[in-house]
Amino acid sequence: MTDEKKKAPDSGHVTRRSALIGMAGAAGTVLARNSAGQEVQVSGTSRPHVPDDPTKVLGTWSSELGERSAFEKLKRVPSATRSSSETPLQDLHGTITPSDLHFERHHAGVPVIDPERHKLVVHGMVRRPLTFSVADLKRFPAVSRICFVECSGNLYHDAPEQTTAQLIAGMTSQSEWTGVMLSTLAREVGVNDDASWFLAEGADAAVMTRSIPRELWDEAMIVYAQNGEAVRPENGYPVRLLNPGCEGNSCVKWLRRIEFADRPFMTREETSKYTEPIRGGVARQFSLVMDARSIITYPSYPDAVERGWIEIQGIAWSGRGRISAVEVSTDDGRSWQRARLQEPVLPKAHVRFRHLWNWNGRETVIMSRAIDETGYVQPSREEWIAARGPGSGPYHRNPVTGWRVRGGGDVVYRVEEWA
Amino acid sequence: MNDKPRSATRVSILSILLCVGWCNGVSAQDEAPMPVRFGFGHAATAEEIAAWDIDVMPDGTGLPPGSGSVAEGEALYVAQCAVCHGRTGVEGPNDRLVVHAPDEAFPDAADAATWRQRTIGNYWPYATTLFDYIRRSMPQNLPGSLDDDEVYALTAYLLHLNHLLPAEARLDAESLPRVEMPARDRFVPDDRLGHREVHR
Ligand code: HEC
Repeated sequence: MTDEKKKAPDSGHVTRRSALIGMAGAAGTVLARNSAGQEVQVSGTSRPHVPDDPTKVLGTWSSELGERSAFEKLKRVPSATRSSSETPLQDLHGTITPSDLHFERHHAGVPVIDPERHKLVVHGMVRRPLTFSVADLKRFPAVSRICFVECSGNLYHDAPEQTTAQLIAGMTSQSEWTGVMLSTLAREVGVNDDASWFLAEGADAAVMTRSIPRELWDEAMIVYAQNGEAVRPENGYPVRLLNPGCEGNSCVKWLRRIEFADRPFMTREETSKYTEPIRGGVARQFSLVMDARSIITYPSYPDAVERGWIEIQGIAWSGRGRISAVEVSTDDGRSWQRARLQEPVLPKAHVRFRHLWNWNGRETVIMSRAIDETGYVQPSREEWIAARGPGSGPYHRNPVTGWRVRGGGDVVYRVEEWA
Repeated sequence: MNDKPRSATRVSILSILLCVGWCNGVSAQDEAPMPVRFGFGHAATAEEIAAWDIDVMPDGTGLPPGSGSVAEGEALYVAQCAVCHGRTGVEGPNDRLVVHAPDEAFPDAADAATWRQRTIGNYWPYATTLFDYIRRSMPQNLPGSLDDDEVYALTAYLLHLNHLLPAEARLDAESLPRVEMPARDRFVPDDRLGHREVHR
C-alpha cells in the first residue's frame, strides 16, 4: 500500500458515457426509490425516465435530504487497495469540492467515532494540560477558511493516454473549513515558550501521528465543519487538524491528542514515508508546504472537442500563498498566454482559470502552468527531474501536465517518460 | 460619509494589535477583547494522558518497561506478520521490511525506482520509530493487540533481519535507542521555501 499512484487496470478507461451507465443495471425499465421515498422509473438504457414535457406533469414535493440529479454521475475513483480515492476534477465547475467527493487517503480505514465520546487531549510542554470535548471546541471563537487539502503524493506519474484529470491529480480538494484556531487552544493550555513542535495524533486504527513545526502554528486550525456541516467521516469526523497549504497527511484526521515538545517525534510518517530522496544521497524531511500547481480540467480525457471556440478551464493552487498568474499554452509549450483568474483568489486555495482558444483543428498539446505570489513558477517535467532527480518522490511532484488534442478532436493525456 | 467616531477607530486598532498572531481572520472590531483564557474543557487527568501518550522519541523518551528477544520476535513474526510482509520480510504483499543485502544502499534520486528501495535497514533513520509504529499500527488486521514485550521482540527480530542486531540480542528501553541506523544522517530539513525555482 503506497502513496505512489498505481491504478486499477480498469480505472483509466472510464468514459463519460460509460460513467452514466451503471445506475440502471439490467435492460428494461426498473423502479427505484428517490430520497423522498417515491418510486421513479429508471430505464435500462441508462437514462432516467422523463416525461416528454415537464410542464405537463406534477413534480415531486419537498424532501428531507436533497440529492443530485439522476443524470449526474459524479464519482470518486478508489484505488485498488481502497486506501485512497480521488476527486473527479474534470466534472466540477467551481473551486469548492462537494464534500462527498473530497478525496480520501487513510492508512487504516475510516473509523466510526461517537462525537459525544470523542476527546482532544492537549498536553506536553504546557502549563495546563486540558481535555476538550467536541462541544467544548465549538464554544471557542470560530474561524472559517477556504483552502485546499492535497495529498503530497498527488501525481499519477506514469499514466497512459487514457487517463482522466481525476486520476492525474484528483488528490486535491477544497472546502470551507470551520473550527478553532490552534493558537486559541495554545493560549488556553499555556504553551511553553521553548516548545517548537507538536505531535498530532489521530483516533483511527493507524493512530496516525505527525510532528508539526512552530512555523505552521499561526495558521493551523482544529476544524469540526466542512462546507457548513460536520466534517465528513472520511475527512476526519468529528475533528481534524488543518494546516493550510501543507500536505494532507500533516492535517491529522480524527484528532485526539496534541503533545507540545521541543523537537520532532520522528514518527514513521515523517521518516519512512512522506520524505523524498533528492540529489546528493540525502532525503528531504518535513517538506510540508505544497508547491504551486495547476491542471487543465476542460478539455481533458475523455472529452472530444470540435474546431472553433473552446474555453479552456482548470484549477491552480499553491501552498505558499496566492496564485498570481496562470499561463496556458496551446502549442505544446512554445508560447504561453495569461489565463483569466476567477475571483476570489484566496491564499492557499484552488483558483479557477479560463482561457478562450480558437482551435484550428490541427493536432496540438494544451497545458497550463501556475505562478504564485512568491514568484515560484510551476516547473516542466524536465526542470523538475533535473532539479530533484527522477527517483525523488513519490511526494511533491508538481510538474506541468498536458492534454493532446488529436486532429479529430479526441483529447488524451500527454504521456511523458518520467525518467 | 466617514462619520465613524474616532474612539471606535482607536479601539479597533488596539484590538487588532492585541489579536496579532492569536485570532487570524477574526475581526475584533466592536467586540470585547479576547480573554486570556475561556475556561472551556477540563484539566487532563494523569490517566487520560497516560492512556494515549504512547509516542517514543529517538532518544528513547516514552519507551515503556519490558523487553523482548530476537527469538521471541521470530515466533511472533511468523504467526502474525508474515502473512502480509512475507516469511523473510521481503515477499510482501505489503511493505518490504528487510533489506535485500546488508549493504543495500540508501536510495539514490538519480535512479527512477526509489520507491521500491526504501526499507528499515537502508532508509529508516531511527530504531525507536519501529517500536512506536508497530505498537500503534500493527498488525494491520488487529491493531493495538500487542503487549510491550511483544513489540520489543518484534522490533528486535526486524532489526536482526536487517543485519543490525545479532541473533541472541534482547531489546529494552535502554538498548533500543542505542541501535544505530545506517540512514541516521541522511535526512535534511525542508530547504525549498524562499526559492523561486524548483529546488533540488
Ligand atoms: C493484514 C496485513 C498486515 C499484517 C498482518 C501486518 N502488517 Fe505491517 N503493514 C501492512 C500494511 C498494509 C502496511 C503499510 C501501511 C501504510 O502505509 O499505511 C504495513 C506497514 C508495516 C511497517 C512499516 C513499513 C515501512 O517501511 O514503512 C512495519 C514496520 C510493519 N508493517 C510491521 C508489521 C509487524 C511487526 C506485523 C506483525 C505484528 C505486521 N506488520 C503485520 C499490513 C500488515
